[in-house]
Amino acid sequence: MSELTTISVTVNGEPREGRVEPRRSLADFLRQDMGLTGTHVGCEHGVCGACTVLVNGRSVRSCLLFAVQVNQQDVLTVEGLSPDGVTLHPLQQAFHEHHALQCGFCTPGMLLTSLELLRDNPAPTEAEVRLGLAGNLCMCTGYVNIVRAVLAAADGHAASASTAAGSETAESPPGALPRFPTGKEIA
Amino acid sequence: MKPAAFGYFAPRDLPEALSLVSTYSSDGKVIAGGQSLVPLMNFRLARPSHLIDINGIGSLSGIDAADGRVTIGATTRQRDAGTHPDVKVQLPLLAEAISYIGHLAIQNRGTVGGSIAHADPAAELPVVALALDAQMHVQRTDGQRTIPAAEFSLGYLTTVLEADELLTATSFGVPPAGSGWCFSEVARRHGDFALVAVAVLLTLDAAGKVGSASIALGGVGPVPMRAGAAERLLVGEAPTDPVLRAAADTVGADVEPEDDIHASADYRRHLAGVLVRRALTTARARAAVAGNEHV
Repeated sequence: MSELTTISVTVNGEPREGRVEPRRSLADFLRQDMGLTGTHVGCEHGVCGACTVLVNGRSVRSCLLFAVQVNQQDVLTVEGLSPDGVTLHPLQQAFHEHHALQCGFCTPGMLLTSLELLRDNPAPTEAEVRLGLAGNLCMCTGYVNIVRAVLAAADGHAASASTAAGSETAESPPGALPRFPTGKEIA
Repeated sequence: MKPAAFGYFAPRDLPEALSLVSTYSSDGKVIAGGQSLVPLMNFRLARPSHLIDINGIGSLSGIDAADGRVTIGATTRQRDAGTHPDVKVQLPLLAEAISYIGHLAIQNRGTVGGSIAHADPAAELPVVALALDAQMHVQRTDGQRTIPAAEFSLGYLTTVLEADELLTATSFGVPPAGSGWCFSEVARRHGDFALVAVAVLLTLDAAGKVGSASIALGGVGPVPMRAGAAERLLVGEAPTDPVLRAAADTVGADVEPEDDIHASADYRRHLAGVLVRRALTTARARAAVAGNEHV
């Protein structure tokens, strides 16, 4: 058995430490060592997208990364989307309102993929949303409502830009992962 | 679905990495993006004793455009390469090919060098490397060499890289201004490896005839291949529809695809000809007659 390595990872804005075998996937590290079971493990070979998290602001398959590889890096999971753990993130709210989930297994990956998508392209077309979500499989919904929800979140994002911009950026801690929406991203 | 145990090294610089690659040459493995290696490990189709993680070596990442070449460090993320201004302007064929790789989350982590060194015959980047006559820069503890793309792949997932060698960068020659290009593929699902992938580069001379043609295919044999007969048919000819079709019609006889669970050899052979014809047509539309590049 391999030796344990101590790693320091910023998870959802908080510094965390863990002792892991090198073969510990980031997904298993988050779920089993950090207790963050919102990240779901589906296919474990990079196909289904359920385990998608953001590392340094970019979507990655957490089943295809080893936890030792994110030492000293920033990870955002679905648990980090809500600003206070109670209020839904605008994307989560849109998923709720548009019935964009049934069993919910794919939802964390859908949300984090959509977060990056809307950060990079705040006003996507339906085709761009479908392309952006093509790497995330859902067995329940048929995708229609997921696409609707992402488009609705994009619209809400645009609508709130004039009023919400500014203050959130000022309150973001240094080095915080890109959240959606923030004034900076909207600008 | 969990990998077998392994030892892990994260070297900080190239000499340290080369030393580790040499020490563990028998059963260690270099990991870059890991988007192909880790699935193989999770299935336990690969069980390296040690992983040498080269992601922390800054000098292996980055894009350098100079003297008519664009050199891309081995650990440059595919997404960074595909969106880089120098790549988009000078190597649009490469940028187009990257858009076909997996999904964004795969491109975010997958590297240019990793895909080339992995040498999957249906992967996009080895096909583009072959079409653009890329040079692979390789180092070991006691030396370095440069390998032309045409000599790099030996077979399925097998290259001429020795066990103590590391691919450090890939250098692509920039095609002449006005060259037309097209990358295209057919896959069972978006993001899957290609059944057949095609990369085409076409230059037109001052008379509007084909000055040079480069046609590379993936998914049609154990290594990416050039469609030499089609290229020779095109050069010196006006690129009319019948000429493009005649060239594409030679491709089927040149390729040696195999049956597998995804498609029959016959279907791949047919697809190769169709994709080459379509890609040539697109490349022709994007090409400018020499001396007339800005029209």
